Amino acid sequence: MLSADAAVSVLDVDKSFGSVQVLDDVDLDIRKGEFFSLLGPSGCGKTTLLRILAGFEQPDAGQIIIGGRDMTGVPPHLRPVNTVFQSYALFPHLNVYDNVAFGLRMKRVPAAQQRERVGRALETVRIGDLARRRPDQLSGGQRQRVALARAIVGEPQVLLLDEPLSALDLKLRKELQVELSNLQETLGITFVFVTHDQEEALVMSDRIAVMNRGRVEQLGKAEDLYERPRTAFVANFLGSSNLIEGTVKAVTPEGATVQTVHGPLMTHQGAHLKIGQSVTLSIRPEKLRMERDDETEGNEVRARVDDIVYTGAENQYLLKANGERLIVFQLNADLGADEDFDYEEDVALYLPPGNLMVLEEG
Amino acid sequence: MLSFRRFLASLGPGTVWLVIFVVGPALILLAYSFLTRTDVGQLGAPVTLENWQRIFGYDALFQEWVPDNLRVLLRSVLVAAVSTFVCVLLGYPLAFYIAAQPPRRKNVLLLLLILPFWVNFLIRVYAWIIILRPFGLVPSTLAVFLGMTYAYLPFFVLPVYSSVEKVDWRLVEAAEDLGATPVRAFWAAIFPQTLPGLIAGVILTFIPALGTFIVSDLLGGSKTALIGNLVQDQFGQAGDWPYGAALSFLLLGAVLLGLWLYARLAGQKGLEELI
Repeated sequence: MLSADAAVSVLDVDKSFGSVQVLDDVDLDIRKGEFFSLLGPSGCGKTTLLRILAGFEQPDAGQIIIGGRDMTGVPPHLRPVNTVFQSYALFPHLNVYDNVAFGLRMKRVPAAQQRERVGRALETVRIGDLARRRPDQLSGGQRQRVALARAIVGEPQVLLLDEPLSALDLKLRKELQVELSNLQETLGITFVFVTHDQEEALVMSDRIAVMNRGRVEQLGKAEDLYERPRTAFVANFLGSSNLIEGTVKAVTPEGATVQTVHGPLMTHQGAHLKIGQSVTLSIRPEKLRMERDDETEGNEVRARVDDIVYTGAENQYLLKANGERLIVFQLNADLGADEDFDYEEDVALYLPPGNLMVLEEG
Repeated sequence: MLSFRRFLASLGPGTVWLVIFVVGPALILLAYSFLTRTDVGQLGAPVTLENWQRIFGYDALFQEWVPDNLRVLLRSVLVAAVSTFVCVLLGYPLAFYIAAQPPRRKNVLLLLLILPFWVNFLIRVYAWIIILRPFGLVPSTLAVFLGMTYAYLPFFVLPVYSSVEKVDWRLVEAAEDLGATPVRAFWAAIFPQTLPGLIAGVILTFIPALGTFIVSDLLGGSKTALIGNLVQDQFGQAGDWPYGAALSFLLLGAVLLGLWLYARLAGQKGLEELI
């Protein structure tokens, strides 16, 4: 892919370390000014891709275009990107001010301008009062802010963030998630954010590339990925899903009917399927309706409550239906409401055809 | 405020050790330096300042000034400084080279570095005589430099190596990411991390080099006598302990002056980390 409004284009990039292929034909565009996340489990290649963008690694094949310039063979110090490292990598012998000023000094920015820009960067991340401290006198969250200030002070075209929040505790992480999103909007810099935390990616990103085993499984907006996962990996990595296997029985312009252990299930997707083809259907646990009475409007499955997990905001029901496990999340809306089900209770599950996704073979 | 007794208690075993092995002997030496050598070469009365006058080159009546001792001291400082400098040039890259090796090779190299300590120092200096004599280099100043560098290089490499081992190399990437060329990234990100080791290495090399007498005696001959040789002569052949004691304080003064200057040059921080 290579489009005119791309801040970064990754073109058919391969990368191996020894016999292990870390990136397999990765091809994607990152738009100017967007908050773009690379999401995946450890070992999926997301950090390697980020390091290739920064110039610390060279791709075995393919090309990286940043700001319209081919970056092949361009060393890190000549690239219009800055990185926020997972370990922060602050210079221990320099105080906060000098850490932030480092990049400007390397680029020989005049002293007066340095002072002004460092001051502004420190204010942006709200640590103006810590300028004279040394890194070992700072808390984790403060170090994170210094790393951020140091990376944005040079006004890079693209800011690369390598799991920058992973070392912080949950509450601080949530705060910084919001701050990072706001910061990105204020600065208008393209952010490329690496994370293994799906919630973090969903909260912050304009678009997400879900990576698995060196490949991009699916790329899109958070809603797209969550509501319309295309592969079983995406369906399970972002939130949880019920996967139901079956064979295509009928195809109409409006969708398809799939024969499963639960009987025939209609879906509004799958107009492209062929009769007799085996497919996997996916439905989010909160998108099933659980009722006591059998309403017989089709797409219904009889099930029995196996276990109930109370998580505060919602109840998670683990059910057994035709020998398969299904999960249903139900909002804990009203106290003492009779929507609460009991162990061993027989229920009817309604799977709305619009909520049933047809997955690609992974 | 701490009471005096708690202050004493807080000094602990370290202080006891220092008093017994450093302060005590130094005080004894100081006392000697005010005594007079008897005819049979022993310590005796009267108490005098003459030894201190002599080390600075004055005679008993301050009528003549022959600063030979000061000249020898200056030469000693120069020889020690040059040897230390050569150790830095050779040893600093060597420490990085060793640290970059795979673990097994690294251990072998470190072993090779300290292996010479298993052989008596005197024998190793004699070995240098045998090596250098065919080239007509013994005695010569060059031989002294060679011998000194050889003798003190391990003392320099080991502390530098231990700080290179601890270097956080990720900072190189951080520096390059911020626009530093590889060379500038080294000076900005790596060199400061090795500074404590470098300072320790320089001190461990310079101080013994300043006081040495074996190397200069065997490889340098009489022309390159160093302050160490003068001291040794007084306690040995000349048998003038009071004068030798005073001379050794001249050496001590030079060492302290050197450390003080060095601390000012290297910045307070480096020494703090070292100590």
